[in-house]
Amino acid sequence: MKPMNYLDQFRDKELVAGLARRIRELTAGREKPLTFMEVCGTHTMAIYQFGLRTLLPPEVRLISGPGCPVCVTPNGYLDRAVALCRLPDLIITSFGDMLRVPGSSSSLMEERAKGADVRVVYSPLDAVQIAVKNPGKRVVFLGVGFETTAPTVAGSILTAAALGLDNYFVLASHKTMPQPMGILSADPELAVDGYLCPAHVSAIIGANAYRFLCEEYRVPCVVTGFEPTDVMQGVEMLVRQALAGESKVEIQYSRVVRWEGNAKAQSMLAQVFTPFDADWRGIGILPGSGLKIAEAYAAYDAELAIPVSVEELKEHPGCLCGEILKGKVSPFDCPLFGRTCTPESPVGACMVSSEGTCAAAYKYAR
Amino acid sequence: MDNDIILLGHGSGGKLSHQLLDDLIIPKLSQSLASGGQNDAALLEISGTKLAFTTDSYVVDPIFFPGGNIGDLAVNGTVNDLAMMGARPLYLSVGFILEEGFKKSELALILASMRSAADSAGVTVVTGDTKVVPKGKGDRIFINTSGIGVLEHGLRIDGAGGRVGDQVIVNGSIGDHGIAVLSAREGLEIDSGIRSDSAALNGLVEELLVLGEGLHVLRDPTRGGVATTLKEIAIQSGVTILLDEESLPINPGVKGVCSILGLDALYVANEGKLLAFVAPERAAEALAIMHRHPLGKDAAIIGALTESSEGRVQMKTSVGGVRGVEMLAGEQLPRIC
Repeated sequence: MKPMNYLDQFRDKELVAGLARRIRELTAGREKPLTFMEVCGTHTMAIYQFGLRTLLPPEVRLISGPGCPVCVTPNGYLDRAVALCRLPDLIITSFGDMLRVPGSSSSLMEERAKGADVRVVYSPLDAVQIAVKNPGKRVVFLGVGFETTAPTVAGSILTAAALGLDNYFVLASHKTMPQPMGILSADPELAVDGYLCPAHVSAIIGANAYRFLCEEYRVPCVVTGFEPTDVMQGVEMLVRQALAGESKVEIQYSRVVRWEGNAKAQSMLAQVFTPFDADWRGIGILPGSGLKIAEAYAAYDAELAIPVSVEELKEHPGCLCGEILKGKVSPFDCPLFGRTCTPESPVGACMVSSEGTCAAAYKYAR
Repeated sequence: MDNDIILLGHGSGGKLSHQLLDDLIIPKLSQSLASGGQNDAALLEISGTKLAFTTDSYVVDPIFFPGGNIGDLAVNGTVNDLAMMGARPLYLSVGFILEEGFKKSELALILASMRSAADSAGVTVVTGDTKVVPKGKGDRIFINTSGIGVLEHGLRIDGAGGRVGDQVIVNGSIGDHGIAVLSAREGLEIDSGIRSDSAALNGLVEELLVLGEGLHVLRDPTRGGVATTLKEIAIQSGVTILLDEESLPINPGVKGVCSILGLDALYVANEGKLLAFVAPERAAEALAIMHRHPLGKDAAIIGALTESSEGRVQMKTSVGGVRGVEMLAGEQLPRIC
């Protein structure tokens, strides 16, 4: 694989400045600021990393929603992963971000330092390869993520099945995006004026998935890419809709996203997973907002196939992760932020994941 | 959380490393070293001769990577730590910790690189030690080198020497070493075309010394990258550093890999780069000196010290926004040097 230059065009300073100017002109003199929410961690990162808030007028407020998959993963899931990694002859495989997330009393990184076999992989298919190479051991992949990650995890289960592996498992905590946006739209405290809809999640589920938000809650939606020009254009499109009193789904990220999404990925998801009522950290249980492994693939479900006793749940008092994930408070409002909660000793998941709102605010906005 | 255990992040060169030094190592080992006095090497005066003394251990994985191996890294890294104090590196010691089963032919390749790196840096390996640990108790080869250099001038080049107005200059593209090592790791298989920048910087430093009192700080941004090093200096000097993202020299291959893996080149390790803080009136001259040197062809002014503060680093982003820059937290890439 050779990296190609497909970046600079979307990081053009003049284009960004032009969009910022237009947003300023459109919103000049407004009394009540327009509040737009991004619900994808990669958007949160891009906005902080490029300092985009400093380019927007005070009439436009960007808030972060529950778009970081690590952050919305409940403590109980981590406690189970920690319990699993203490079992003999068991290898935990995961994307790197999960390792530092504190559970009730430990983290995977701490367990690794104490001798647990915890490995970072860049793809669940690498985890399948580890299972192939270690036939005497059980290999568990931590399946965390939205609709962008879930199809590759589904693919890993299908690959393991095709290879006839009996030592590959997934501890699944996949979430799906549109449902929490409905809950947030109905929240009068938030009064969201528009959504920057996720880029790559939408490539899988298709832009049609957001129509209910426009129809039921009258909220403008723009499916937006991750580069600075994308984000600024997405904001500009939201401003135009909001000022015109419109609420429709538009696709800014048209170079990737289609209305109907990726049919192949959707059918893999439908084959391997079943929707269920998932627990979102800080938000609670939302009907039909998660994906669990379907009965036909129960043999690959770590939760069912590897019984283990999990410690009692302990939440950290004072941590505002939940309110931050709903966009109700900013990290700077949290009494722990930057004091007891820092990236090197995080209290809540929002500080751990590189896509977490608190981590981004700590790293880029102080 | 169990605070009694060492995590990989304690070796990252970032915040956890600093905490380990400040909270445990320095208080237990030495009462004379204040944490604000941390530099790349110790300055000692023995019978009227001013010496710089430093030590460094190398645990890079894999041991061979595009552009170098653990051997030349072990020589260049220690030479550079001496050079960053403005010293002329003279002598090195080397300690090998070998794992049972390691191949002599690989050791020979590493020794040849060490010899050639020492020759081109003008230093001599004068003492050493070899230990072997049982299979599984080490990982092929670890190397420690210590170095002694002599200070032949009265300049005070120090992390606390940054002054408002100083220009920050880097001698070339950033992030090459980390990405070269990462690309060589099993399981990644990225053909980035990037080679490690591993090189001895003492020759370049010697030429920069003509700047005299105009040269305030020199430091090599190794683990933790340019961001962490600048934050350290900002704190030591009590200043705000404003970086200009557009002026950062970054190879397209490094940009691409960083983009794919979600890394930030500002935090990726370098092994042949230095950051020089130079008085504004001498900055053009410093840049010209670098441009004439083979290790400074792509040198650029990347920022300036704007005001006194408790030690902040900010960056004007490529699209015109402004954001903060913090030290590396946790581990971005373990065992990079």
